[in-house]
Amino acid sequence: MFDFSYTIWILLIPFFLFVLIGFWGHKFKPIVSGIVGCAGLLTSWLLSIFTAYKYFFDVGKVDGVYQQIIGYHTLWLKFTDTLHIDLGVLIDPISVMMLIVVTTVSLMAHIYSTGYLKGQKGFMRFYSFLSLFTFAMLGLVVATNIFQMYIFWELVGVSSYLLIGFYYEKPSAVAAAKKAFIVTRFADLGFLIGILLLSYFTQTFDFLTLTSPTGPAIATPPAATFLGMSVMTWALILIFMGGAGKSAMFPLHIWLPDAMEGPTPVSALIHAATMVVAGVYLVARLFPIYITEPIALQVVAWVGAFSSLFAAVIACTQYDIKRVLAYSTMSQIGYMMCALGVSGMGGHEGLGYMASMFHLFTHAFFKALLFLCAGAIIHAVHSNYMYDMGGLRKYLPITHITFLAACLAIAGIPPFAGFFSKDEILVAAYHHDTALFAIEYIVAGLTAFYMFRLYFGIFWGKKQDYHHTPHEAPLSMTIPLMFLGLGAIFAGFIPFSHLVTSDRQILELETEWIVAIPSIVIALVGIGVAYVMYLKPTEIPKKIAHSLRGFYTAAYHKFYIDELYLFITHKIIFNHISRPIAWFDRHIVDGSMNGLSYVTNQASDKIKGFQSGQLQQYALVFVSGAVLLALVFIYLWT
Amino acid sequence: MFEGVPLSWFLILSTIMFFVGIYGFLVRKNLITMLMSIELILNSVCINFVAFNKILYPEHMEGMFFTVFIIAVAAAEASVAIAIIINIYRRIANVDVEKMDEMKY
Amino acid sequence: MTSNQFMFLLFSAVIVIFSVLTVTSRRILRAAIFLLFVLVSTACLYFLLKYNFLAAIQLIVYAGGIVVLIIFSILLTSHIAEKLPSASLMKKWPAAIVALIGAALSITVILQYAFPGVNGSTQTVDVTHVGNSLINYGKYGYALPFEVISILLLAAMIGGIILAKKRKD
Repeated sequence: MFDFSYTIWILLIPFFLFVLIGFWGHKFKPIVSGIVGCAGLLTSWLLSIFTAYKYFFDVGKVDGVYQQIIGYHTLWLKFTDTLHIDLGVLIDPISVMMLIVVTTVSLMAHIYSTGYLKGQKGFMRFYSFLSLFTFAMLGLVVATNIFQMYIFWELVGVSSYLLIGFYYEKPSAVAAAKKAFIVTRFADLGFLIGILLLSYFTQTFDFLTLTSPTGPAIATPPAATFLGMSVMTWALILIFMGGAGKSAMFPLHIWLPDAMEGPTPVSALIHAATMVVAGVYLVARLFPIYITEPIALQVVAWVGAFSSLFAAVIACTQYDIKRVLAYSTMSQIGYMMCALGVSGMGGHEGLGYMASMFHLFTHAFFKALLFLCAGAIIHAVHSNYMYDMGGLRKYLPITHITFLAACLAIAGIPPFAGFFSKDEILVAAYHHDTALFAIEYIVAGLTAFYMFRLYFGIFWGKKQDYHHTPHEAPLSMTIPLMFLGLGAIFAGFIPFSHLVTSDRQILELETEWIVAIPSIVIALVGIGVAYVMYLKPTEIPKKIAHSLRGFYTAAYHKFYIDELYLFITHKIIFNHISRPIAWFDRHIVDGSMNGLSYVTNQASDKIKGFQSGQLQQYALVFVSGAVLLALVFIYLWT
Repeated sequence: MFEGVPLSWFLILSTIMFFVGIYGFLVRKNLITMLMSIELILNSVCINFVAFNKILYPEHMEGMFFTVFIIAVAAAEASVAIAIIINIYRRIANVDVEKMDEMKY
Repeated sequence: MTSNQFMFLLFSAVIVIFSVLTVTSRRILRAAIFLLFVLVSTACLYFLLKYNFLAAIQLIVYAGGIVVLIIFSILLTSHIAEKLPSASLMKKWPAAIVALIGAALSITVILQYAFPGVNGSTQTVDVTHVGNSLINYGKYGYALPFEVISILLLAAMIGGIILAKKRKD
């Protein structure tokens, strides 16, 4: 049996980098932290590639089924014999896939940042936080039990907060960091309650026990119900709530657009490729239990589908290029959730699961690429807004080509990567639920439309005079772009259904042209519409916006969800709940304490009169006491 | 009963003198007058002892001797008290008992 | 009423009236003189009870010594011409009430108690007898208290001198 215990080093190298760069980075020149960070992550990346090779192509399969191997394992906290929190590394098809994704995108972000953040204050701080994030995300994906995943989940949230608020002197960045942390923390409340419910009724935290077909969750589910649904359904829905917060599903999506205040490599790493897919990964990890509760799976599917439609509509109206990409991320993650929701277990039924994981993989590449290109564009033009850009294809050739590749991938044009993964999702939806298929089909068209609106608006469109000529990004930034571009083009050819499936066995697939042709058609239609509207500056966008003005304004303002949240928190919760509680605390709790001390003071003030130093007062008391005692003893006491 | 005077009369007399002395001790402000009240109290006790001795135990003499000793002790105590009062007068130039409250809170 | 009873009532009236006057008089020297009268009446009571020696001691020590001492200290510390301030009502009432209750309680108890009815003898106490008892160190002798009293008086004398001595500084 091959010893996978070296895999703990994939996690520990970034952790040591975090400590090293964090404490001693300022002693050296900034570029040293960058180089050390990149070198360490390169090592982690190579180890992950090696692990993937060994697992998928050498020792992982036994009798045609991929094994779930515990690579490394220590006991941390023991509640009972079965209920204990461990820290360990689980080697499994989806965790190895995620190792590849996280380390690759993180390495690209590290290399890219050496150029992007060159000369900026806080360079070392950035690299140490990036390493912390990588460590936390890797710990999340290789978690052997749900509590370890929760620990790293929170750690990922903290790193995201630190990185979004990187430009801490900007009040908008600080507010965005707080918003992200608070919204995800609120979602994690549901997650924690779900974990507690699940572990209480099954008496275990361990994933292998929870997801085994003969285990306490699936073979003998607890019979208790609450308000009509079984407790397992409640637990799974609450756990999904945690995942929905982290993956920016409606209505917990409000933090993702604001998180774009962070530097672009952060957006690429965290808010495109890795952290936001943690929710999808969580559902995939617990998928065998989700299968037993169809209601929970329905919730997942519909939340995903609705979020993707919602985000696609808003993305059509936004001008900030990073915001468009953020809503695009939300939309694509909606795809992944929906795919999981329509999936069954085993063989062809489990197509949705495989498609979701495949889309996660390819999406990481092209979305990270899109963000890094956006960073290069912003670096060149010094503005985030589409109306400040136009005709950049002459000035930024490499960025142009890679951006185009990524757009074609996300639109789902063969032979780019996105086509294969998105097509599988549409097939799975088609076989399961026509309504969901219809929604996702429309979203595919909208995706193509807004991505190419973005592309044409930046690289073609109207000629701008830039007051200083935009120049192409330096090599440290373009090399990751090219690498990810290759991934966006060729990742679709990986035989994913042989590697990652719902029951870990090989799934043979053939393209279903009945779904593939319409999906290509709608993508081309979307591209065509964008071409007509945006290749050269025209009046068509304004006319459409004017004719749909109510709807357009609502979409432009993100359907006023943020205002609704502010209203609920400020007017309702603060005024009617927080204020009375604060009043109670200040006046009644503090008041009773103060009152106690006041009463004591007053009492002692009155009593101290007894010791007045007046001899005759003492004598009076003495004589009265003696007379009283004489009375009592002679007459009253028998 | 001693030649027609019942014992209770002696006791009532001494009780009245005792409580008058107590009233005087509690009321008077001048230290010397408080001392005089104390002498009244002591004196009442002497009468008590003598009456008991003469009427209840005529062949014994304890009561009389106790009274002798009480008188001696009263004299000693009065002299020491006067010495203290003189000392206080030297310090604060008056002998008002209400002014001597340094042992207060 | 026998003559004894009459004399007793006369002396007790003097005692009561003058003791009340002692504690309520507003001129301090008069209070001292009233005290003198009380003490002299007490000595008369002792004479009535045929305790001549005791009465003599009372007159010499109490009336002659202590009252003179008190008068000396009055002259040293007070303005004898000034009227003493009368005490506030806040002081008088509680003291009066306590004294009255105490007196009532004691008198009630005394009146209710049945004293054994022994008729006291009328013989005079002999000075020889007194003297012999004072230096008798056997049973019913008072040699020890006599010596202790002498030491007490010595101590009181020394203490008084030291307390009232003028300091050199």
